[in-house]
Amino acid sequence: MTMDNTILTLVAFVPLAGALLLLLFPRNDNAIRWGALAISLLTFVLSLHLPFHFDNSKVGFQFSVDHSWIGSPNIRYHLGVDGISLWLVLLTTFLVPLSVLISWHSVHDRVKEFFALLLVLETAMLGVFLSLDMFLFYVFWEATLIPMALLIGIWGHERRVYAAVKFFLYTMVASVFMLAAIIWLYVHAGSFDYATIRTKLATGEIALGGNAALWLFLGFFIAFAVKVPIFPLHTWLPDAHVEAPTAGSVLLAGVLLKMGTYGLLRFNVALFPDEARRHAPWIVALAIIGIIYGALVAMVQPNLKKLIAYSSVSHLGFCVLGIFTFTAMGTDGAVYQMLNHGVSTGALFMLAGMLYERRHTYEISEFGGLATPMPIYATFFLLITLSSIGLPLLNGFVGEFLVLNGAFQAKALFGVLAATGVIWSACYMLWMYQRVFYGQVTVPVNNTLPDANLRERIALWPTVVFALVMGVASSLWMNAIDPAVRAAIPPAAHGMEAAQKQAAASGHSRPDAVRNEKKSFEVSSR
Amino acid sequence: MNPITGADYVRILPEIILTAFGIAVMVADPLLAPKSSRKPLGVLALIGSIAAAMATVWQSNFTGDAFSHMIAVNSFSIFFHLLIALIVIVVILASYEYLDVQHINLGEYYGLILFGAVGMMLMSSATELVLIFIALEISSIATYVLAGFRRKFASSSESSLKYFLLGSFATAFFLYGIALMFGATGSTNITEIATALRGGNTGVLAYVAIALMFVGIGFKIAAAPFHVWTPDVYEGAPAPIVGLMSTAPKAAAFAVLLRILFAAASADAFHSAWFWLVWVSAALSMTLGNVGALVQNNMKRLLAYSSIAHAGYLLVAFLGPATGPENGISAAIFYTASYAAMNVGAFCIVSHLAGDGERYVTLDDYAGLSQRSPWLAAMLSIFMLSLIGIPLTGGFFAKYYVFNAALHANLVGLTVIGMINSAIAAYYYLRVIVVMYMQESKTDAPVLPVPASLGVAVILSAAATLYLGIWPQRVLDYAVRSAHDLMR
Repeated sequence: MTMDNTILTLVAFVPLAGALLLLLFPRNDNAIRWGALAISLLTFVLSLHLPFHFDNSKVGFQFSVDHSWIGSPNIRYHLGVDGISLWLVLLTTFLVPLSVLISWHSVHDRVKEFFALLLVLETAMLGVFLSLDMFLFYVFWEATLIPMALLIGIWGHERRVYAAVKFFLYTMVASVFMLAAIIWLYVHAGSFDYATIRTKLATGEIALGGNAALWLFLGFFIAFAVKVPIFPLHTWLPDAHVEAPTAGSVLLAGVLLKMGTYGLLRFNVALFPDEARRHAPWIVALAIIGIIYGALVAMVQPNLKKLIAYSSVSHLGFCVLGIFTFTAMGTDGAVYQMLNHGVSTGALFMLAGMLYERRHTYEISEFGGLATPMPIYATFFLLITLSSIGLPLLNGFVGEFLVLNGAFQAKALFGVLAATGVIWSACYMLWMYQRVFYGQVTVPVNNTLPDANLRERIALWPTVVFALVMGVASSLWMNAIDPAVRAAIPPAAHGMEAAQKQAAASGHSRPDAVRNEKKSFEVSSR
Repeated sequence: MNPITGADYVRILPEIILTAFGIAVMVADPLLAPKSSRKPLGVLALIGSIAAAMATVWQSNFTGDAFSHMIAVNSFSIFFHLLIALIVIVVILASYEYLDVQHINLGEYYGLILFGAVGMMLMSSATELVLIFIALEISSIATYVLAGFRRKFASSSESSLKYFLLGSFATAFFLYGIALMFGATGSTNITEIATALRGGNTGVLAYVAIALMFVGIGFKIAAAPFHVWTPDVYEGAPAPIVGLMSTAPKAAAFAVLLRILFAAASADAFHSAWFWLVWVSAALSMTLGNVGALVQNNMKRLLAYSSIAHAGYLLVAFLGPATGPENGISAAIFYTASYAAMNVGAFCIVSHLAGDGERYVTLDDYAGLSQRSPWLAAMLSIFMLSLIGIPLTGGFFAKYYVFNAALHANLVGLTVIGMINSAIAAYYYLRVIVVMYMQESKTDAPVLPVPASLGVAVILSAAATLYLGIWPQRVLDYAVRSAHDLMR
């Protein structure tokens, strides 16, 4: 038992164990808050082991654990991280303590249940990113649903029940299709193991006769498209975000949406490269529609939280676009954008939540001139706003630049259309900032609003620091992301030139690509 | 005729024990003061059912046929015997408080449960159609009477009468089927029938016989289109009894159906004959059950429609392959166990919350339950999530094995129908959780402390539900062995 093969189990299950521990606490709200904070911080510290011991030069999954769980069907407890999931795991463990801090006073009803569910949710989210057994992946995927729906439905705002049920049913129905696809793969591969199935699909050992490949691709796609969400499946998102408590919104936007883009990359693109290419045109079209539509709808929102929710639709469109350009650059950008969006939109929801705690409203028209009574808060808000719209030197710029670069490589039109999204986002964010913070204080009660207090500043500082560091030192992250992305997207997809070069060298590119791929997985499964 | 040996009696030992304890309960009943609680008799019945469960485990050393091939003790019969004994134990535990709250001071209640269990157990081990019929009658008559035990309420009498009239009608179909089968094959023994049917030359009579027997059993398992009685009967009958009759007699009836369809009529010509019968019934049951449940506001009716839907899922397993590692029979057997765990558990909680005269059984009465009794709400959520089929609960693997078996038989259409139905079902089960957790309490129902007996019953059911969802392997292995024994 070395640290390397127990660390993932620890990271994934410390929150769950902590949640059970919290249930045994007496009903002392403060003790429970501190307990939840300690557990989430412990998880974060444990997860820091991963980037410091992650070997960027190795392709494939690291820190693997693999035990038999159920014999029939052959389900294994198989966890591992590569350069993509590594950062998503860190993002999750990073956002949960902040969510705990932000809920300190805003949650005063059933405090114990709230923090226990938050920690259960953390385990489920981490499990999704760590699972290398498709069945295990599905289990964790479904497991995120229940705590999230309860968080929205119990601690949300007025229309919380409607939003919770809508969220649950949308995701649940969509993931049934994914389950069908997973079972189909199991029946034909005899295994739920991700690497095994990927190898067998690539070598043609699993015969995808007729329309099988299409149905499998769509089965996974629907589940992930709802989660991302890709236009026109996004309608659950504004409801869920607006009604959710602040911590729910932070994790929903920060992590849960990333599960969708992660799945698209990990399953749709990596397992079914041919199908992914065939369907890329309309998926990219939907992504671009999402970018522009999300931005335009965000612009006219009178409600601050709804505005941020629609901006998520727009930002996640960039991730989908990047993934379906099949360029290493675009996909790198997409993964980086997932992290950026987690940090900046997570922070935006935290900021919106602080405003709500003070005024119990999200209506933009209720505010105005807030920079005068709340200068520190306004500064934080401005930095995050700039990060969200992709100002150079801040994190958003790196991701958007790479995605757009990839889009231009794939097709100039994609790049042109998507680039307008950058402009739109500047419009709606800055206009919102102007209406909320500049000018005279229009509503007298706003004059008395207290500025960000110490706890709130502690919660906000890390996001601002990361927004800056990720903007100037992206290589710290990219060194791990890039090799993993190159392994995940099929070799023929390293941009058009690479494909042509390979085709010229070998006459026909597929068999070679397949052999390389197989080799790389044999190495990684050791 | 083989001589009767001591081992023959061991092979019906659980039944003997239950009968003896049943008689003891009846004899002891008049000794208690007329208006006093019948809890002592319940304890006696509990001891009897635990003894029967232990006898069943011991029976595994004495597998084989008894009474001239009328009884077959093997993994198959032991699985169902144990399942029925466990259900009875949980139901008896849940009944202590219920009977006191409802002021039902009749000791026959426990006696009838035990006698009914005798019939159900015999149904699963009998290999002779006449004995199966007798066992079916023993089990049915006991449940008819139990359904009417809330004598002061018209709905309970209605429930009993409806169940009795339609039930006898259905049993007549079953008997008629037996008669025709005897006419077609010259035997009522399952093995001999199987030989005769495999030989061909049985004519159209055998087909009619199988169809008629399917009608009779279809009624008992509440499969569409023989399901219309279910909501009314479940609504009127005492809540713990609904927990019993939606699981134990159903499991026994499924055992009989498995025996008739697979052990007797698995020859190709017959398989294709009953295939569509089961297909249509499964598709109808799933759809009608789930759609019906969507609009229910009474927990008992909701669970009644849900039980119709679950009978449909279970029937899908019958269409899977009969042999091989991922066969339909073992999927069906696993499903009965998993469904029993979650459904009995749900009814335990329903009977606790029902209150005097079962006044609090609508969804509105469950509003805010998470505030009033957080643990009960959490347990009921587990059962509801399992009924939806969420991973880590028994309901998930039950559905998984069933649809996996169906896919192995290339039944893509039926699997799709089943999956769409699972998605529909999520809505109404979820509604229960939503009401408990996200609505304010609007009932005047008093918060009753959970008595130890009921707590044990609920925890047993929840533990079984989670066990089947997290470590399904052992039970599945046993189900596979049972399937193998059935087909031998």
